[in-house]
Amino acid sequence: MYEQISRNKWKSAGLVAFFVVFIFVLVWFFEYVTGWGKGGLVLAVLVAMGSAAVGYYSSDKIVLGISRARPVSKDEFPYLYNVVEGLAIAAGIPAPKCYVIDDTAPNAFAAGRKPETAVICVTTGLLEKLNRVELEGVIAHEMSHIKNYDVRLQTLVVVMAGVVALLSDWMLRSFMWGGGGRRRGRSRSGSGGAEGLLVLAGLALAVLSPLVATIIQLAVSRKREFLADASGAMLTRYPAGLASALRKISADAEPLEAANKATAHLYIVNPLKNLKGGGGVNRLFSTHPPIEERIAALEKM
Amino acid sequence: MGAFVLLLVIVAAAALIAVGMYNALVTLRNRCDNAWSQIDVQLRRRYDLIPNLVETVKGYAKHESGVFERVTQARTAAVNAQGVKAQGEADNVLTGALKSLFAVAEAYPELKANQNFLMLQEELAGTESKVAYARQFYNDTVMKFNMRQQIFPSNIIANMFGFKTREYFQIEDEVAKGPVKVQF
Repeated sequence: MYEQISRNKWKSAGLVAFFVVFIFVLVWFFEYVTGWGKGGLVLAVLVAMGSAAVGYYSSDKIVLGISRARPVSKDEFPYLYNVVEGLAIAAGIPAPKCYVIDDTAPNAFAAGRKPETAVICVTTGLLEKLNRVELEGVIAHEMSHIKNYDVRLQTLVVVMAGVVALLSDWMLRSFMWGGGGRRRGRSRSGSGGAEGLLVLAGLALAVLSPLVATIIQLAVSRKREFLADASGAMLTRYPAGLASALRKISADAEPLEAANKATAHLYIVNPLKNLKGGGGVNRLFSTHPPIEERIAALEKM
Repeated sequence: MGAFVLLLVIVAAAALIAVGMYNALVTLRNRCDNAWSQIDVQLRRRYDLIPNLVETVKGYAKHESGVFERVTQARTAAVNAQGVKAQGEADNVLTGALKSLFAVAEAYPELKANQNFLMLQEELAGTESKVAYARQFYNDTVMKFNMRQQIFPSNIIANMFGFKTREYFQIEDEVAKGPVKVQF
């Protein structure tokens, strides 16, 4: 358990570090191609941060609104609240507020920027279909997302992906307009083939980098799912509970109507049910690791 | 002159690191205390629920006075228990007494349908698991605190200022290690 937790933490840190290096390489090419200098990077970071800040400060309200979740009191759902409060004690964070979606498809997600304002949302189907140990497993997974500040990390990654998208967009535009001043100036002085090769590499990078950024972003998301599974199991000290819950949730054929592509990555199991197995490309572009792999990791603990 | 400045910088950096380590130790010690009192909070809630439960069951099963007495006694003993070990033992007795109370309730279908009884039962189950989680969190915190005191280099600071390792909460009773099973 301890190894899985630290391994997943390192992996997501490694991915973020790789992302930073990737952005620097991109910026180098960007400067070279457009001749905008560091100003371009600063502008891109500001624009990406601006758009992500809106998401960061209102995402929880938007998500709860889109999913038609309603806040519930302890009198209404004592069972849910007892489980949530118990696991909050185990995690050492204040108990999050509980929301419920009236839908028979079992699923759950957590939202909120910091433990003090976090919420946990479950469907009524989850409460009906899981037993207490399984529910504890699911809530522990969500509690770990909150405790590990996953919303914050995800926002950071989204900002970086945004920076990449902007830079590559501007690079492509500058190619279309016949390149920036510096490149033209240099090629006149005639340093030949290496110059052309670099421009070609820059073009390839501009086209491919948004794709790479998306792949890294999703890889981070998958690592955080593994991490939340492992640290959730650490809270309940009973990985089999979550494993059995994951099996039940994924076996349930019903799709969750309230979820869409924009919110799917938040849920404990992809609610859109397009689980086509772990094939190469499919896997690169999924927000969650395959259920079988998550269960296998839990059973290894 | 250059060497003197360098020495000064090194000493200042070392002092800063030492302060950081000392503060981390103090923080962890306070967290241990807080985690410990969290267990008491949950235990207190559990004790507060029991009189209500006894009253509710009494309303349906008047003839089982022996069970009620045992639960009430065990509760009083647990409330008054002093020290970690005595507290743990008194708690085990109380858990056993509660088990027999629920076994009695089994024989009264109207009681089992009573909304108040069901709510108390859920509350009690929830509080019991909260007690367990609070103990687990206490042990997790103690582990972090003890580890800080043992690993280099913060063990130097810990020794210098006389920090003491804490004891883990342990349950000796084999039966109490498993989850409490209430049969219905």
